[in-house]
Amino acid sequence: MAETMRADAGRSRGPKASKDELLGYYRQMLLIRRFEERAGQLYGMGLIGGFCHLYIGQEAVVIGMQAAMAEGDQVITGYRDHGHMLACGMEANGVMAELTGRSGGYSRGKGGSMHMFSREKNFFGGHGIVGAQVSLGTGIAFANKYRKNDAVCVAYFGDGAANQGQVYESFNMASLWKLPVVYIVENNQYAMGTAVQRSSSETHLYKRGVSFNIPGEEVDGMDVVAVREAGRKALARARKGDGPTLLEMKTYRYRGHSMSDPAKYRTREEVDEVKAHRDPIDHVKALLIELGHADEEALKEIDRDIRAIVTASAEFAQQSPEPDAGELMTDILVGA
Amino acid sequence: MSLQILMPALSPTMEEGNLAKWLVKEGDAIAPGQIIAEIETDKATMEVEAVDEGVIEALLVPEGAQGVKVNTPIAELRNDDTASPSPLRGGSAAEPPGRGADVTSADSPPVAKTDPSPARPPPPTPSPQGGGGLSADPEIPAGTQMVKITVRDALRDAMAEEMRRDRDVFVIGEEVAQYQGAYKVTRGLLEEFGSDRVVDTPITEHGFAGLGAGAAMAGLKPVVEFMTFNFAMQAIDHIINSSAKTLYMSGGQITNPIVFRGPNGAASRVAAQHSQDYSSWYAHVPGLIVIAPYDAADAKGLLKAAIRNPNPVVFLEHEMLYGTEFEIPDVPDWIVPIGKAKVRRVGRDVTITAHARMVGFALKAAELLAADGIDAEVIDLRTLRPLDTATVIESVKKTSRLVTAEEGWGRMGVGAEICAAVVAEAFDYLDAPPTRVHQIDSPLAYAANLEKLAMPNETNIVEAVKAVCYRR
Ligand SMILES: Cc1ncc(C[n+]2csc(CCOP(=O)(O)OP(=O)(O)O)c2C)c(N)n1
Ligand SMILES: [Mg+2]
Repeated sequence: MAETMRADAGRSRGPKASKDELLGYYRQMLLIRRFEERAGQLYGMGLIGGFCHLYIGQEAVVIGMQAAMAEGDQVITGYRDHGHMLACGMEANGVMAELTGRSGGYSRGKGGSMHMFSREKNFFGGHGIVGAQVSLGTGIAFANKYRKNDAVCVAYFGDGAANQGQVYESFNMASLWKLPVVYIVENNQYAMGTAVQRSSSETHLYKRGVSFNIPGEEVDGMDVVAVREAGRKALARARKGDGPTLLEMKTYRYRGHSMSDPAKYRTREEVDEVKAHRDPIDHVKALLIELGHADEEALKEIDRDIRAIVTASAEFAQQSPEPDAGELMTDILVGA
Repeated sequence: MSLQILMPALSPTMEEGNLAKWLVKEGDAIAPGQIIAEIETDKATMEVEAVDEGVIEALLVPEGAQGVKVNTPIAELRNDDTASPSPLRGGSAAEPPGRGADVTSADSPPVAKTDPSPARPPPPTPSPQGGGGLSADPEIPAGTQMVKITVRDALRDAMAEEMRRDRDVFVIGEEVAQYQGAYKVTRGLLEEFGSDRVVDTPITEHGFAGLGAGAAMAGLKPVVEFMTFNFAMQAIDHIINSSAKTLYMSGGQITNPIVFRGPNGAASRVAAQHSQDYSSWYAHVPGLIVIAPYDAADAKGLLKAAIRNPNPVVFLEHEMLYGTEFEIPDVPDWIVPIGKAKVRRVGRDVTITAHARMVGFALKAAELLAADGIDAEVIDLRTLRPLDTATVIESVKKTSRLVTAEEGWGRMGVGAEICAAVVAEAFDYLDAPPTRVHQIDSPLAYAANLEKLAMPNETNIVEAVKAVCYRR
């Protein structure tokens, strides 16, 4: 059984976030959740093909980190990427239309769910090969240092990806050269059907940087404010020129690995337990009400707004035409 | 009010599934979230969860029904909550949810009840060899009983038989044991052989490929599964630098009896990084044996041969063929020799070469061409290294025309190699320049229309054949 953390155990009521901040996090996390639910539906209807990995349950990680980041910082991740893109400010329409493989998508239908990018929003993908983003993110950080542009790259990867060799080759270089990168392990406790205990000799993944002199910290990845605070420290350290930090976000994915995963490797009770006690959105919702920042009606209003955005994106994604056949041979080489 | 529960779509390649098990019976009251059935897709058994509350009025599809098309109503639910006619009709998979909400309405057309066939799928019916086959197979003794089996199960049986026979054989890879294989190819192996011989690895291809190569140096016979060959690119250094070259570098002292296997090539809509054909990559390398079977008999017979072979073998399977059923000889130890192509259809007008999934397209093309009066010979290469050019050349000497078909990119490809061999050894027999059919020269796009345009199929083969026959 996966190691679970009880919600309230380590969950601090402080550091305090302001009313506007909390409302913002609530809204952004809800956008990701509703977007993903809709993507799941479109998949069932055959409008999305191939692999589709939903981020439901992990929303606090990207929203907390985004809240800590500065303009110009970059993000890179794996194939479970819809949440990261929305957090970066990419449009729901463009993301959903990429999922349906239409010309209105961020990669004009050529990349799909796992491979999407936005230069404008400093989002560098969307990578289908487990672990690749860690070296790539390290390279983006190398470029930051080279250019002295003061930007930090945030590289996200999974607990499963944490066993790829290139992760440690990258750790070594990043620490050796004090590169401005923050490594985020999204430890959702499973890599496909493999629980962390079955794949990792050291299950406290934040310790994985120790022999490279990379400080690590375990963070409640279901608590958006805790994520933000840890992110701020790590980003500041990187920006100062002190090199990488490794943050292990303890989180959980509610759905199967991809759409075709029956998820028989964990119990229904385990999933229900997390949903009931650790849900990142419910947590902020409870805070908002408890602190008197919002009542049920105000939250419902936000919900309606979000639903409208998501519904519009689903429509756009169905209306947008398929890419022109001429696109087949474009973008293979620059200038060719 | 009556609602229909529909067969949900649960995977990228799913068009139909088997209704493995009903967990409710007619007359049962069910609640939302209750698991009502198990459905087998090409990859997994999924639970179907009820969305609505009600009483099961009728099970429209019997337990054990095979090949139930997505969206077919599978049960009828009586729901007396007429006050709130929810737009949700039907079932969804428990984890993840299957068909979304607004897929269909209550008044979808009435469905013909599937006739109440036996609850279990009937056992495979043996039939004499040659039924349905195109030409009697010289490899199979006359009168041999044939049984139907999927490519997936044929591969599994090959591994299981070799593991029973030789304790040095073990299987290692991601999700091969407890999960029963990402594509279910290793289903049941953990139960029979235990976790010492069926080993789940972390996601660390370079590491476990090297570990496998090392174990092989020490005399074990690893079968290393790559979840797909796309991920073997992490490990290609060990496949080539460690496995393929060691015998040579050690002056013949150190052998590397290892099989690297897994699905190769494009699946369905999984885009550029997950859709690559490595046939020519590995076939380029001296020191490797490279096999790419089409049907179940070859999958089984060649995998058994590969496991017994003392050399490193790259064994390229195809995801889109895993679920396909073929007839296979019902003999205790079915082995197919490595390095021999197979003439799958005898013809006199043109030679078509293909391997793996393209063989199916080539056979279809041959049918279409026959209707046009062109009699095509179809050669299934089966092994890419060593390549059986003799069989191809002999055929071209008869037909004088050659079309090669492969799923991967054409440049520097398998077809290029065959053309070179034919031009070198049968130049005087050719009546037309040989032609290659292959994937478009771009990374594979995700968009449905672009993917379709990029991938070769029977139509491309028909066109190429007509071109070399000057019949346009
Ligand atoms: C190199 C490589 N190996 C295997 C895969 C297949 N695969 C895709 S996701 C995955 C599990 C990754 O788990 P984790 O890193 O924990 O991320 P999560 O899916 O939980 O977000 C695997 C094995 C792949 N895409 N790339
Ligand atoms: Mg994980």
